[in-house]
Amino acid sequence: MAEQLRNLTIEDRKGPLTGRVFGANGCTLKPAAPAIRISLRAGAEGMAAAKKVLGIALPVKPKSTALKVDLACLWLGPDEWLIIDSADSVLPEKFAKLGNSLLSAVDVSHRNTAIIVEGANVEAVLNSGCPQDLSLDAFHVGSCSRTILGKSEVVLFREAENRFRVECWRSFSDYVWKYLADAAKSA
Amino acid sequence: MSFSVNTGANRIAGKGRLSPAKTVTFTFDGRRLNAMEGDTLASALLANGIHLAGRSYKYHRPRGILGSGPEEPNALMNIARDKARRQPNVRATCQEVFDGMEAHSQNTYPSLTFDVGAINDVLSPFYGAGFYYKTFMWPKAAWKKIYEPIVREAAGLGKSPDEADPDRYANRFAHCDLLVVGGGAAGIAAALAAAKSGKRIILADENPELGGWLRAETSATVDGIPAAEWAAAKQAELAAMENVTVLTRTTAFGYYSHNMVSMAERVTDHMSKPDADLPRERLWQVRANKVILATGAIERHLVFADNDRPGIMLASAARLYLNHYGVAVGRNVGVYTACDSAYEAAFDLADAGVKVVAIVDPRTDVAEALLASANERNIKVLTGHAVTGTKGRLRVKSMTVEPVNGSAKESLEIDSLLVSGGWTPSVHLFSQSRGKLKFDADSERFIPDIHVEECVSIGSCNGTDEMEAALSEAMASAKDAVGGRAATAPKVAGFGSMSGHLIGSAKGAGPDDHVKAFIDFQNDVCAKDIRLAVREGMHSIEHVKRYTTTGMASDQGKMSNLHALAIAANALGKEIPEVGLTTFRSPYTPVTFGTIVNHAKGDLFDVTRRTAIHGWAEENGAVFEDVGNWKRAWYFPKAGEDMAAAVARECRQVRESAGIFDASTLGKIEVVGPDAVKFMEMMYTNPWAKLPVGMCRYGIMCREDGFIYDDGVVGRLAEDRFHVTTTTGGAPRVLNMMEDYLQTEFPDWKVWLTSTSEQWAVIAVQGPKAREIIEPLIDGIDLSPEAMPHMAIREGRICGVPTRLMRVSFTGEAGFEINVPADYGRAVWEAVWERGAPMGMVPYGTETMHVLRAEKGFIIVGQDTDGTVTPYDAGLGWAVGKKKSDFVGIRGLTRPDIVAEGRRQLIGLKTKDPKVVLEEGAQIVADPNQPIPMKMLGFVTSSYWSSNLDRSIAMALVEGGFDRKGQTLYVPMENETIAVEVCDTAFFDAKGDRLNG
Repeated sequence: MAEQLRNLTIEDRKGPLTGRVFGANGCTLKPAAPAIRISLRAGAEGMAAAKKVLGIALPVKPKSTALKVDLACLWLGPDEWLIIDSADSVLPEKFAKLGNSLLSAVDVSHRNTAIIVEGANVEAVLNSGCPQDLSLDAFHVGSCSRTILGKSEVVLFREAENRFRVECWRSFSDYVWKYLADAAKSA
Repeated sequence: MSFSVNTGANRIAGKGRLSPAKTVTFTFDGRRLNAMEGDTLASALLANGIHLAGRSYKYHRPRGILGSGPEEPNALMNIARDKARRQPNVRATCQEVFDGMEAHSQNTYPSLTFDVGAINDVLSPFYGAGFYYKTFMWPKAAWKKIYEPIVREAAGLGKSPDEADPDRYANRFAHCDLLVVGGGAAGIAAALAAAKSGKRIILADENPELGGWLRAETSATVDGIPAAEWAAAKQAELAAMENVTVLTRTTAFGYYSHNMVSMAERVTDHMSKPDADLPRERLWQVRANKVILATGAIERHLVFADNDRPGIMLASAARLYLNHYGVAVGRNVGVYTACDSAYEAAFDLADAGVKVVAIVDPRTDVAEALLASANERNIKVLTGHAVTGTKGRLRVKSMTVEPVNGSAKESLEIDSLLVSGGWTPSVHLFSQSRGKLKFDADSERFIPDIHVEECVSIGSCNGTDEMEAALSEAMASAKDAVGGRAATAPKVAGFGSMSGHLIGSAKGAGPDDHVKAFIDFQNDVCAKDIRLAVREGMHSIEHVKRYTTTGMASDQGKMSNLHALAIAANALGKEIPEVGLTTFRSPYTPVTFGTIVNHAKGDLFDVTRRTAIHGWAEENGAVFEDVGNWKRAWYFPKAGEDMAAAVARECRQVRESAGIFDASTLGKIEVVGPDAVKFMEMMYTNPWAKLPVGMCRYGIMCREDGFIYDDGVVGRLAEDRFHVTTTTGGAPRVLNMMEDYLQTEFPDWKVWLTSTSEQWAVIAVQGPKAREIIEPLIDGIDLSPEAMPHMAIREGRICGVPTRLMRVSFTGEAGFEINVPADYGRAVWEAVWERGAPMGMVPYGTETMHVLRAEKGFIIVGQDTDGTVTPYDAGLGWAVGKKKSDFVGIRGLTRPDIVAEGRRQLIGLKTKDPKVVLEEGAQIVADPNQPIPMKMLGFVTSSYWSSNLDRSIAMALVEGGFDRKGQTLYVPMENETIAVEVCDTAFFDAKGDRLNG
């Protein structure tokens, strides 16, 4: 019986926003491609161990990121990072091999989803719901922050001057999408 | 010059800055009128010779347009665009006309010119200060039937719209180096000087264009060009700068801590046919490094008898209507002023061909230059004189003039009367910022003294009336805000004087009189009301304010506060600073709820959370219920089934074959680290150290008081890794409480918490056929009962994707909870469904889940507990680790009242008549025949019809419940008393044989 059943593949991965598109007033929204995400918690020892797995040192400055090809390590707190790998990878397995004595690596690939917000008006659109200063001086390319958009927690990551990745929990994504669309319409 | 469209007989050819080529049509109380684009409703009405704009609140006296801006107390209108878009209490002086606008006067019945409520004016001796407090005291019963309906009918102005607001509203958070509030001369100059630094600057002004009072000037110049032209040129210059945001039609209404200023931008209220995507209004929440307040000053009226007739208005307003809007407010104008600036209004009107009957000035030392200018224009100036009365019902017809020190009365015919009692600095925002004001004895007004926030006041809001000095302040403030060298102030010429003032009662309105000399027009408060309040014992200005309601209308006493204060001080025989000033609070002007709510309406009112499986449930006919922010499938009715039938079927089917249930909303927390088990021991009442890897345990979490806070199944994935589940509603607060303890009590413990609630979709497959259904889909896990007993947790694959498979049961049946990464949730669910459906598996919802767990006596935290229930009370003492030396709540559980006899305990109830289903929340007594109030033993917490048992079942919290097993108790209801028998909470398969099936 088992052999008759089709195994699911990455193609079967359905994010909560799959298929949506939106654009208005020089701002577009689109769901980000599926990604691997790790919620990483670590002290000094754990950071050294994580560096070996990631091949890149974790950022230590608030709001900063460490980037390598498809990998983005987002500083969320003094001992907390969000690791996003946009290529399908075995990152969770690699961390699993490290064990749990030095750090906590938890697979949150599916907990979060992301919206790519892009366009000349992107700062104004995000500032409709996010109280942070998102001007280039205060939030330059490569900056990140866990913050709020309206009533939802989000993680902002500025990928380019006019492009942000907005990470949020999957069941909040419908709200975040609609909030951004509403904001873009009235920006 | 002739206009193609007649925009009013009082439009003066060649005056004003509006374009005769652009006209609009609107209606006022149903009458079609023309206006020019850029007119306010007030200027458009005045152009058409209409002063009468409304009826006063208490006495229903006819009232005219008094001002030209946000200070307007009288001309409050209902403005409508269409049926759903109508807003009451809009100040006609701030509302721009647009084509198709419908304006209606308020507080009038049956019409503006004939109003039956005006009888109140005749009865006014009975409506003195504190009227409501005195009159409606007794009898008590009269409140409900007589007083309250009358007060409700009389209270408040305008009628709220009766349809949902179809407009969109927006919000914008903004940051800047400098926020300049007010775009008059000082604000423009400060913004310009600061803008050269390249720093981020926001300049906000409430009007459609910058300039402030410069718009009322004719001959004055800045930098050698006419003042209003200078303002327009500088507005364009600022708007073109990348680092400057100029916001017009934007009122800064709130000043909060750390330089957070809230502003309302009116985006479409002036447009005839706004783009549907445009928000009507936008809330700006600006965090500024520095704030420059250049909010200007507001002219006061004078307090004299019958000073409220239509046609009586502020001199500054009349001047603005003439010079900006090209409207003469009358043809035969009197002026009553104690301030120099009103002379300029008189001169401009005279120069435009209007007859100025006389300038009446109580001062005897009026500047020679002003007197000479008046003389040149043949305007009679009566210095040392006062206006002591007026006549005219719907429009002022005459004024009575007499010497300040004399009694020779003279009546002069007029059709308008311009008044000025001097200028009150607009210190509202400064005061909101907790800045301290000081009383300037010379000018008798309050001006900013000590700033608390990073802000500075410049220009006339700082008491600096003189233009050259105001612009110097602007330069200094700009330098202070952005650094660098101070710029040179623009050269100014031709600005008039703003000196001279009179506060409190003018001649004839005090110290002891019965005339109606109005202080607060909107709330109909007269000078005598203030004195009455003082006589009746109100000695604090805060009491006087509340007793008389002066300054409590929607204009917040912008014109009246200083008058009220001066009269109160005079009556008390005190100096003004000793009496004090009432507090200014936000908002500066009324703000619509739409602006405050902005995006948070409709779908965005709150977050609606849906699981990965929601779509399947929807397609398969589920009815949903709200659980916190989640939508959960409640039951899955088949055609023709009601809820009871669907739930009964689902319940039977789960126990007969199998059911599939979406448990994704369960909270999940991953607890990881070398101290994970230590932490679990601390947070839960249960022992964890000996729980083997690969096994689960039901855990209870208490607060420090020993009461149950949450519960859930916890799986041990590794020595140092736990998969913790919480209730759906408890997920955020459990994580918060855990983090709180970890960060504050045990910061050195090496353990980390991560929410994984949304990482995993949870598919519960429960029932005798559960294993058979899922087995073929599973890879790498031996599902045999020996290899995977009840309460085991395994990691492996299902349908090729990773799973955490738990053999747990909230139904009492053998069953599994399949955790899969959420993006695969629906695909795995569908695979399980395809397997299970032909085997009799049903989808079931939360209602069936509730019934099945109740049949087993499993509690739901928050339903069977209410924050006062310990694990012992709930019959869960077995889950408290007796050998543990510490956990959160351990000391709470030893409190005398917790260990005392007679606590409410959770027990089962069976109704003597098995068909009767108790009501949840129903009270329980021992003797139904005892006198009322009866001694209540407890209440029903859960109650259902059990189709599996073919009878009703219930759980209840009852005093000493454990010792009452077998007793008969009673549930008195409205129409019957229901007898019940106390029993165990486990109604079905008490031994739990089915779990191991």
